Amino acid sequence: MRIEARQQVEVWRIVLAPILAVLAALVLGAGLILWAGEAVFASYWALLKGALGSSFAINETLTRTTPLIFTGLAAAVAFRAKFYNIGAEGQLYCGALAATFFGTGLVGLPPFLMIPFLMLVGAIAGGAILIVPVLLKTHMKVDEVVTTLLLNFVILLLVGYLLEGPWKDPMSLGWPQAAPIVDEGIWPPLLAKGRLHLGFVFALIAAALAWALMRFTVWGYEIRAVGLNASAAGFAGIGVNATVIRTALISGGLAGLAGVSEVAGLKGYLTLDLSPGFGYAGIAVAMLAQLHPLGVILSAFFISAVYVGADAMSRTTDIPTYIADVLVGLSVLTILVSVMLTRYRIRWS
Amino acid sequence: MIGDLLEILLTAGFWAATIRIVSPLILGTLGELICERAGVLNLGIEGIMTMGAMAGWMWVYQGGDLWGGIVFAAFIGALFGMFHAGFTVYLGLSQHVTGIGITLFASSLSYYVFRMLLPTATTPPKITPFQPFAVPVLSDIPVIGEALFTQTPLTYLALLSVPAVWYVLERTPLGLAVRMAGENPVAVESQGIDVLVVRTGAVMVGSAFMAIGGAFITMSAFDAFYFGMINGRGWICVALVIFASWRPGKALLGALLFAGLDALQVRAQQLAGAQIPYQFFLMAPYLLSIAAMVVMARRARYPKALLVPFRRGDRV
Repeated sequence: MRIEARQQVEVWRIVLAPILAVLAALVLGAGLILWAGEAVFASYWALLKGALGSSFAINETLTRTTPLIFTGLAAAVAFRAKFYNIGAEGQLYCGALAATFFGTGLVGLPPFLMIPFLMLVGAIAGGAILIVPVLLKTHMKVDEVVTTLLLNFVILLLVGYLLEGPWKDPMSLGWPQAAPIVDEGIWPPLLAKGRLHLGFVFALIAAALAWALMRFTVWGYEIRAVGLNASAAGFAGIGVNATVIRTALISGGLAGLAGVSEVAGLKGYLTLDLSPGFGYAGIAVAMLAQLHPLGVILSAFFISAVYVGADAMSRTTDIPTYIADVLVGLSVLTILVSVMLTRYRIRWS
Repeated sequence: MIGDLLEILLTAGFWAATIRIVSPLILGTLGELICERAGVLNLGIEGIMTMGAMAGWMWVYQGGDLWGGIVFAAFIGALFGMFHAGFTVYLGLSQHVTGIGITLFASSLSYYVFRMLLPTATTPPKITPFQPFAVPVLSDIPVIGEALFTQTPLTYLALLSVPAVWYVLERTPLGLAVRMAGENPVAVESQGIDVLVVRTGAVMVGSAFMAIGGAFITMSAFDAFYFGMINGRGWICVALVIFASWRPGKALLGALLFAGLDALQVRAQQLAGAQIPYQFFLMAPYLLSIAAMVVMARRARYPKALLVPFRRGDRV
């Protein structure tokens, strides 16, 4: 077996890669559906209907797409610079903590200032928690994957402590949840019915800005250069460490916004189960999008549809909801192979 | 307070708990160490440990015997190691992303399989786990005897695997090939040894160790499988490998230090009562792991070919 680089990478191969990856994941997942004693096509049809079959379902899928766009962008931007930020889950909660700290009565502002203010503090909090891992990486060569992952557990425990202790809402009837965000900070719903909120628009804007940043600015160029070949970028006069640190802050900020969105847009208050793993799913989102910020929108929608649809599917069949997580995990692996096949060919000899 | 803590250090119960906590960490750390010495960072560890915990437990719950469960867990672990190696060694794909993908896939698959086989279980069903086995004579030694020699057989296995792994890695031709694959794969190739096969073998064996480490938790430390029960232990093992500078003996020391502080933390929690919230004690292992990596980072001597895929015929 030999692996050879292709002379040129055609656009159709790049477009085809995620489609093939998703199909491969669905085919592999079909084995698990068969094991559950269900019909494959009927089950996937139930999944599709559960995700997109009614205006309510579409509304719900878009609602779940919102945080996934933010966490997907967080991973996409960081992975471009080969900074493997696996801590989006923790950064999401940091954003939510900041929004709760400032948004539950500490600061009084009119809505048109309060909403951007909470986004700002959330993004800063999400980025700030990454300062330690990124400095450890740039200055002491400590692997960022492990530090960002371990911080996820620390932050979740901190949230647990705050929600059971000092931040517990006395009006919550014993549930560990924080006081609600003040009305001025709440993101208004987009439609009369359903849970979809202004955060979806913010997420789309964030994706567009991230794309513009990567595509048209010097910072974006530096991020890509450092990711492709850090030592060459260094020779060319790019401050590699500064670029990695900047990338990390942007990435953490985006993940923090996911937390602000869930607190101020969806729930209205902070809970310990605010995120069912949006941070980790964001990695799959970014990989399926091949780290392209605009592609993140589509892949976030797809991953969200898998989660929402699997919930519906498991209510009518004997398939456990964990099928969604399995499909997401599988698609991280299949996209790796299919993207590789866009750039290389395998010669069997 | 300090006096109370020192008193804890003299109790046999503390040392016994330390040895209990260290067992899965030792197995996971050795597994990761074997992979990394061959040049492959295996971030699938968290998922592979979850898979091992589920597979071994399920084997026993379905009527198999305990040692059969361990073998089964090891086999499943090796299988996931093979997937990992297929991606990272043969296709040369990103070891970071592959590892994360394996972890996401393996842990969710564990939960899926658990739910499939036990769809209605609300209170986690239990098995009869490994029982403590008092080593004759040695277990009569005060303090040390109770701490070291009245453990379950799986703990003895974990402790004995440290010298075993050390011996194979440092004193046999096979170990030399593994270490060279992680330092200078071209040199291995020039000896007529297939680098890809050596690396794949190392990742499979290492993953089997990880899976047994996971199985320890459901089959020796506890008697049931819970969701999220590995709880970051795999990531802690990755940190411990760095702390140990990729040496089995130091890995044992690092893991013991870590487990000791963890056991102390549980007892200090009881001492502190409600003065300090329990969450802060639970944070300690994770913060300690980060601190351990920072302390050793300056002296860390990574295997030179770690993270570098090997393609035959490529110019170096």
